[in-house]
Amino acid sequence: MAARTLYDKLVDSHVVRNLDDAGLVLLYVDRTVLNEYTSPQAFAGLRAAGRKVWNPKAALMVVDHVNPTAAQRTRAMPDSGAARQVDYFAENARDFGIEYFDILDPRQGIEHVVAPEQGLVMPGMVIAAGDSHSTAYGAFGALGYGIGTSDIEHYLATSTVRYRRLKTMRIHLTGDVPFGVTPKDIVMEIIRRIGADGATGYAVEFTGPVVSNMSVEGRIVMSIMIVEAGARGVVVAPDQKVLDYLKGRPRAPKGEMWERAAKKWLTLASDPDARFDREVALDVADVAPLVTWGTSPDQAIAVTDIIPDPAQQVAPERKAAALRALSYMGLRAGDPIQSVPIDFAFIGSCTNSRIEDLRDAAEVFRGRRVAAGVRAIVVPGSTHVRAQAEAEGLAKVFTDAGVEWRQSGCSMCLAMNDDVLKPGERCASSTNRNFEGRQGPGARTHLMSPAMVAAAAVTGHIADVRSLLGVAGQ
Amino acid sequence: MMPFDQVSGVAAPMMSPNIDTDVIMPKMFLKGVDRSGLGEGAFNLLRFSAGKPNPEFILNQDGYRNACFLVVGPNFGCGSSREHAVWGLQQLGIRALIGTSFAGIFNDNCGNNGLLTISLEPDLVAEIANAVAHRERNDVFVDLAAQTIRFDRGRRPIKFDIEPTRKEAFLTGRDFVASTLVLADDIRAFEARHAAENPWIF
Ligand code: SF4
Repeated sequence: MAARTLYDKLVDSHVVRNLDDAGLVLLYVDRTVLNEYTSPQAFAGLRAAGRKVWNPKAALMVVDHVNPTAAQRTRAMPDSGAARQVDYFAENARDFGIEYFDILDPRQGIEHVVAPEQGLVMPGMVIAAGDSHSTAYGAFGALGYGIGTSDIEHYLATSTVRYRRLKTMRIHLTGDVPFGVTPKDIVMEIIRRIGADGATGYAVEFTGPVVSNMSVEGRIVMSIMIVEAGARGVVVAPDQKVLDYLKGRPRAPKGEMWERAAKKWLTLASDPDARFDREVALDVADVAPLVTWGTSPDQAIAVTDIIPDPAQQVAPERKAAALRALSYMGLRAGDPIQSVPIDFAFIGSCTNSRIEDLRDAAEVFRGRRVAAGVRAIVVPGSTHVRAQAEAEGLAKVFTDAGVEWRQSGCSMCLAMNDDVLKPGERCASSTNRNFEGRQGPGARTHLMSPAMVAAAAVTGHIADVRSLLGVAGQ
Repeated sequence: MMPFDQVSGVAAPMMSPNIDTDVIMPKMFLKGVDRSGLGEGAFNLLRFSAGKPNPEFILNQDGYRNACFLVVGPNFGCGSSREHAVWGLQQLGIRALIGTSFAGIFNDNCGNNGLLTISLEPDLVAEIANAVAHRERNDVFVDLAAQTIRFDRGRRPIKFDIEPTRKEAFLTGRDFVASTLVLADDIRAFEARHAAENPWIF
C-alpha cells in the first residue's frame, strides 16, 4: 500500500462508503460535544422530522458559551435568550438521552477543556463538533474538526457526516524554544507567516522535536489556534505523553482494555515516506513573544516591534484592510507596540485556560499588583481546573494581585455572556480571535500568551514578559 | 435546503480579505433556539451605526439594497462555525457568493443550506468586482445547470467549476439526513466492524 499520512489513515479507518469518486465520503464520527448555542436548531430539526439520535452515548452536552462566570455560581443566566437556550439544551439532553453537564456540575467547563479531562478523546478517533476549535482533539492523535449546525443534526441522526477529503500540510518545528516563548507564540508565528488563509482547505499535522518535547496541553494550544490560519483538521501523532495524560481519566479504558488500546495507539503515525501537499518548516529559535496589532489573527508582531505601516502592503485590498484595522484598533503605524496602554486583561478561553496556562500567568502575578486603571480577570477552562488552581495556591496569587478569580466558561473569548468590553476598551487577551467586535462592539483585542497578558496587566501596557520573568515581584 | 437553479439580480462588491463570521453575524443575534430574526443580524455592526443605516456600507447604497450576490475577498466566512451567518445572509436575500476562497466550515454550511459559493481565479473575481462596482453594471446572472456567470450587462459569460455531487445537491435542494438514512445498513455494518477493532470507543 502507498505510504499514507496519519490524517489519511484516520479518514480511511472511518469511511462508511464513498459518496462520489472525487473524495466525498460518508465518514463515521466517534464522538461529539455539544454546546447550548450551536445545537438548538439541530435538535429542533430532529424533532420536526421525528428522528432519534443514532448513538446518544457518543455525545456529551456542556453549558459553556452563554453562562456567567461570576464567582458565586447559580443556575441564573445573564439574559432571557441565554436562559431559553440553556433550558432547551437541558430538555434536549433529557429527551434524547444524552449525558449533560449543567452549570452546577463539578465537571462543567469549556467543551474543549472538558472532553479531554473526562478522557472522552482518544487517539485514532474522529471527533466532529459544533465549534470551529474542535481541532483541539488533534493533540491526542484523533482527527478533530468543527462543523456547523446542519452537520450537527446530520451527525446526531446518523453518527456520520458527509466529508470531503482535505489536502494535507505538515508543520515541522525544530530548534530550541527560547526563554519566555510559549506554544501560543509558536502557533501565532506560524499564522503570521502563512496568513489567515494559509491552511484553508488543509488538515495540518504538527511534527518535529519541538512537538515531541511539548506537553499535551501545549499541543492542544497549537491544535486549537491553527484554526486561525484556516486549518480544517489537525492531527499530532500520539506518544507516551498522550498515554500518560489519558491514563486513569474517567472515560479512558481500564485494565486489559487499556493495554490493548495503548498498544494500538502508539502505532498511529504518518508513514516515514508519506507525502504532504504542503510542507511548512519553522526553526523556533528566533520566535519572540507575539502580540496582534490588528483585527485578524495574522496581524501579529514581536512584542519588541513597531506597528507596521499599511503602505507596505502591495495588494490594494490588503492595504485597505490594514488601514481599517489600525483605525478600528486606534493605533498608529510606527509606534512601538509596547507603549500601548490597556484597560482590561483577560486570561481564559479553550486556547489558554488550562492549568499550565494559569501557572504561567501566576508566575508573573506573584508578588505584583494589577496596574491602576486596569481590570484583570482569570476564567479557568473548567470547574476542575478551577479546583486544581485553588489547591495549588494559584487562585490566591491571582486575588492577592488584584485579579478577579472567576468560574469557568467561554466568557470574554466571544462575549456571549455578561463579560463584554465597552466600545473602545482595549484588552490584552489570551484568546484566539481579535476580530472586530469579538469581545464586544467596538472593543479592541490584542492576542498574546497568558504570561504576556499577565505582564500587560501588571504594567498597564503591552509589555515584554521576558523582562519580568525570573525577576521577583516587589 | 433551498434549491438553486438560475438566479439573476444585483451583485455587491465586498472585497476585504478575511471577512469573518463574527462580522457577518455578531454575537447579539446568537441567542435564539430557532433561525428567526437573523436577517437583521447580518452585518449588523457594519450596516447600522447608532440605530441608523450606515451610508458607507455597500448594502445601504442606491442600487445595492436588493443585492442577491456578494462578490467577496479571500477567506470569506473565516472564524467561528456559527451557521447563523449563513441563515442571516439568506434572510437578507443573498443567494450566492462569488470569491476566490471560502473558509471550510462556512463553505460546508453554505452547501447545507443552498447558499451557492462560486470560487474563481483572483483576477476574474477582481474583474467582476470592478464591473459590479458600477451601479449600472451590477447585474449578474448565475446559471448553475450550465455552470456560467454572466456579468457586465450580460456581455461576459464565464464558466465556473463545481463538484458534480455538490451541483446536484444544489439543483435538487437535497435533504442530506434523509439520503444518509437510506444507508443505515451500511452505517450499522461499519459500526459493528469498527467496534470489534476498537472496543474501547463503545
Ligand atoms: S473559549 Fe472561545 S474559541 Fe473556545 S469554544 Fe469557547 S468561544 Fe469557542
